[in-house]
Amino acid sequence: MIEALTPPNVTNALLYLDAVSVSFDGFKALRELSLYLEHGEMRAIIGPNGAGKTTMMDVITGKTRPDTGTVFFDGLVDLTKQDEASIAELGIGRKFQKPTVFEMHSVADNILLALKAPRDPFSSLFGARNRIARERIDAVLETVRLQDLAGRQSGSLSHGQKQWLEIGMLLAQDPKLLLVDEPVAGMTDAETEATADLLRDISRSHSVIVVEHDMHFVRALGVKVTCLHEGSVLAEGTIDEVSANERVVEVYLGR
Amino acid sequence: MITKLLIESLDRRSGWFLGIVAVAMVLIPILNLAVPEGSFLHVPTYLVSLLGKYVCFAILALALDLVWGYCGILSLGHGAFFALGGYAMGMYLMRQIGNRGVYANPDLPDFMVFLNWKELPIFWYGFGWFPYAFFMILFVPGILAFLFGWLAFRSRVTGVYLSIITQALTYALMLAFFRNDMGIGGNNGLTDFKDILGFPVQAQTTRIALLVLSLALLALAFALARVLVTSTFGKVLVAIRDAESRTRFLGYRVEHYKLVVFTLSACIAGLAGALYVPQVGIINPSEFAPANSIEAVIWVAVGGRGTLVGAVVGAFVVNFLKSFFTTGALAAYWLFVLGGLFVFVTLVLPKGIVGAVEEFLAKRREARQAAAPAPKPEPAE
Repeated sequence: MIEALTPPNVTNALLYLDAVSVSFDGFKALRELSLYLEHGEMRAIIGPNGAGKTTMMDVITGKTRPDTGTVFFDGLVDLTKQDEASIAELGIGRKFQKPTVFEMHSVADNILLALKAPRDPFSSLFGARNRIARERIDAVLETVRLQDLAGRQSGSLSHGQKQWLEIGMLLAQDPKLLLVDEPVAGMTDAETEATADLLRDISRSHSVIVVEHDMHFVRALGVKVTCLHEGSVLAEGTIDEVSANERVVEVYLGR
Repeated sequence: MITKLLIESLDRRSGWFLGIVAVAMVLIPILNLAVPEGSFLHVPTYLVSLLGKYVCFAILALALDLVWGYCGILSLGHGAFFALGGYAMGMYLMRQIGNRGVYANPDLPDFMVFLNWKELPIFWYGFGWFPYAFFMILFVPGILAFLFGWLAFRSRVTGVYLSIITQALTYALMLAFFRNDMGIGGNNGLTDFKDILGFPVQAQTTRIALLVLSLALLALAFALARVLVTSTFGKVLVAIRDAESRTRFLGYRVEHYKLVVFTLSACIAGLAGALYVPQVGIINPSEFAPANSIEAVIWVAVGGRGTLVGAVVGAFVVNFLKSFFTTGALAAYWLFVLGGLFVFVTLVLPKGIVGAVEEFLAKRREARQAAAPAPKPEPAE
């Protein structure tokens, strides 16, 4: 049985997307997408290629402006009126599908740049960030199990390690909401399991949206699942409910 | 706090670099003034001025490395800021001529008399007073870079598009400065200087002093650049260079960072131009030529971008080669040499001279460590 989409009070939801549509050159990437995320919730988003998962992330982080619809964050902040930098400052952090770390910087410097602190040029020139940061960097690196690699140039990390470093950078920002796009793509089974543990840890103190294809991983997270298809919500519920849904099966198997 | 910042920012290579500059500041005046002319060690005065010119080019290269090597902004118009600083200095020097010009007019520079102008244009007011001229040397390139950067970076113009509009900027300025109605000397530019701060421009001691000043500015600009690039600010610049949109999603206002470093770089280039003009004795619109700006990019590429020291090394190496090839029978081949050098560096030394030396040293160190009994593994930094 699929839960009915009853919109909670806007101001209670951490993230509130209502009837959001986006089209690129006539292609409708999102059609009337509505989604609500509670404070402290972790949500998994699944869906076949082209379902609109990444576009949804782009809308939330300000990279793409929706054609119609409303996006509110943490009460009544209208995200469609903000740019990427202010959205990041409001407390939304994003991990990209393809790991993008600053390859020329050391692992520790990647975390340093992500740490929550004033972002303007003058504070980064004269600010105290260099001095206070040490312990916080170590704490983050320990959480993502990279403490032994702090001095390594991040370009030389393995794929899985880069994914963790990105998650570490998200944590260092200390956002209210973490958007995690395909964290286990290209990971070994052991790495996937470790990542699920890591995200469960993180979700104790943060709200998280995870986009992922890997069903084993989503099952391991054990959270509410939203299935997107052609830009709108197809089904929502536990992983068992969603994977038993006929239309979901149809979409995934292409019948 | 500033000294602490400075000390933290200097590594061994920087120490060597500043040491060499300091030695040159002491040694060249001695070798020119105290060593008799016949001696093998004597540095002739023409060489002093030539070196002074190279040092100014090196400062320009340093400024360019700051924006290109660290922030990824490939400016093909940095010569414009250099020339604007030069023009501000040239205007000061023109006002120092007084009534010693060919037409002996105490109020107007020769070219204005020649054009039959009756009074000094307003924008020339104040240039006779050095503090004002000094302010303009920094202000004019700075404000142009700020306005240009404000428009370009806010609209997220990047990469080759930005390079092209910087090129257009310097070309437009060249055309404007060629016009006589601009009131800055037209295609003849500003020349025939007499005094700078009361000292005769041509005198041997003035030339020495200008070289020492240029070297001092080089050291200062280098130290400032080191402080910048080793701070968190510099780390953000490199982050922007390597992954601009990622930096934006971390909450950094990329355009503000670019604007700060671009404006600062333009001011440094302006200072270099201002020291260049009294040492070569002329400033004319050809300094705005796009080819000059592109040559500056080649200096940085040859020396190794993103290393600071490399920019300086590149400026010296290419300009020594240029001086060598453009005198005498080889003159016709200089552009081929320059082009060939660029191709060679791109193919064989993608990290430039300094980058290649660094790699060589790192390899040798590794080989030595491999040969020696393995030291116990050090904990990561």
